[in-house]
Amino acid sequence: MWALTLYRSTIGKKIIMAVTGLVLVVFVIGHMAGNLQEFLGPARMNAYAAFLKSTGELLWIARIGLIAATVLHVLMAWQLTQIKRAARPVDYTKREPQVSTLASRTMRWGGVFLLVFIVFHILHFTTGTVFPIASQPGDQFSHTDVYGNVVSAFRTPWVTAFYVVAMLFLLLHLFHGAWSSVRTLGLSKPSDHPLHRRISTVIAVVVWLGFSAIPVAVLLGVIR
Amino acid sequence: MNLTLQVWRQPGPTAEGGLKEYKATDVSPDMSFLEMLDVVNERLIEKGEMPIAFDHDCREGICGSCGMMINGVAHGPSRGTATCQLHMRSFRDGDTIVIEPWRARAFPVIKDLVVNRGALDRIIAAGGYITAPTGSAQDANSIPVPKQDADASMDAAACIGCGACVAACPNGSASLFTGAKISHLGLLPQGQPERYRRALSMVAQMDIEGFGGCTLFGECQAACPKEISIDVISRMNRDFLRAAVTKPAERSGGGGDG
Ligand code: HEM
Ligand code: FES
Repeated sequence: MWALTLYRSTIGKKIIMAVTGLVLVVFVIGHMAGNLQEFLGPARMNAYAAFLKSTGELLWIARIGLIAATVLHVLMAWQLTQIKRAARPVDYTKREPQVSTLASRTMRWGGVFLLVFIVFHILHFTTGTVFPIASQPGDQFSHTDVYGNVVSAFRTPWVTAFYVVAMLFLLLHLFHGAWSSVRTLGLSKPSDHPLHRRISTVIAVVVWLGFSAIPVAVLLGVIR
Repeated sequence: MNLTLQVWRQPGPTAEGGLKEYKATDVSPDMSFLEMLDVVNERLIEKGEMPIAFDHDCREGICGSCGMMINGVAHGPSRGTATCQLHMRSFRDGDTIVIEPWRARAFPVIKDLVVNRGALDRIIAAGGYITAPTGSAQDANSIPVPKQDADASMDAAACIGCGACVAACPNGSASLFTGAKISHLGLLPQGQPERYRRALSMVAQMDIEGFGGCTLFGECQAACPKEISIDVISRMNRDFLRAAVTKPAERSGGGGDG
């Protein structure tokens, strides 16, 4: 079975990471675009949220797909990290990185931070579980007033700070990940200035700006 | 120039090792790095001490025997050169130089700076060849090869198997080496019949040897004395993926036992 051939090889595991990573990239871009409707006022934002909920089974199919992608992505990351650890039992006293980027060197720990963020974020805005501590005191979580939930959350400075820092990690993760997935899948053509390098930079920066704009705008009182 | 060396000394494969300090005095900037070590070794021998063991052969960057981690950089500070091609003018008087062997589970230390790179040979043995009856070579122009393919294949074939890519990789991955070997054959007509079987078996051997996976840090191509590009890794992954998923039928070469 080809899936097993992939699962058993370091390159195959990395290919699984690339595919699941790209699924998450597509989601993240769509999620950002959807969220930017917060700037268009409560009517638009809450109508959008109501529309998503109205899709019923479709929403659940998408959710299960995203959870599966995340689980596979993290599992492969964990397994490859174990293999990497075993590959150099005695480390150098001195090793000087020559060309690797900050983004590439923070993929593992940045990924762990993103995982923590993802869990927190779902408990914050989807289920409302941590809403009482991570929003304005006294405000109630509402399943219908998504707009209001966002405003209440980001008027709290530490919540805004946490989200902005998480988006910095996402910027780094995407800067390396979107580029490296193209290479992992063997889709890149030899070039000194490859197109996928530029596209990945644009994706990383746009996603970072788009997501960060909302909490910052709330904190500054632009969105009320 | 006068230098302080901190050299990894390890009497044997299972013996305990550690960094030991040596003074390298009156070193000429025109010496190669290995000649500097030769001088240090002569003085050690005169004092009745064990000389520092290191691999070397051609001393002109073509055999792939030499290689050590010099101040945390595989093959030292100058780009596109093997340790034997590094000159002492790359250092300054009074410098301290830390010298360690390649570090990887697949490269066990034999003695001091000498490691066993048999793992790379076993990756080649797993498929880094073409199965063709030998005999007198046929006319060079009887099989046309597009210029770009010939050039790209030649660039990959420049790999001398020194292992610097593994040594420099934070994951201890042999992807640049294996990718180079798979690319250099896979780009040529002669490499086509076994192209996909080759990708599967060489990658499998690479994993069996206990090398890490590639996360595209890019440290390997910076360390490579032949400046082989990480593009060969993309090519390896492409061939591997196609081989694993679509199981392309092997094209028979025809003739013989058919
Ligand atoms: C918003 C969620 C995420 C997205 C969009 C995402 C996207 C990606 C992409 C596209 C890649 C490139 C795959 C490749 O190089 O072939 C990647 C790699 C990686 N991801 Fe994620 N990822 C996410 C979350 C996570 C999480 C939660 C973790 C870990 C707990 C993680 C850990 C890693 C690691 C270790 C790599 C490999 C590093 C490398 O290629 O150098 N990621 N990610
Ligand atoms: S001794 Fe042959 S490459 Fe350095």
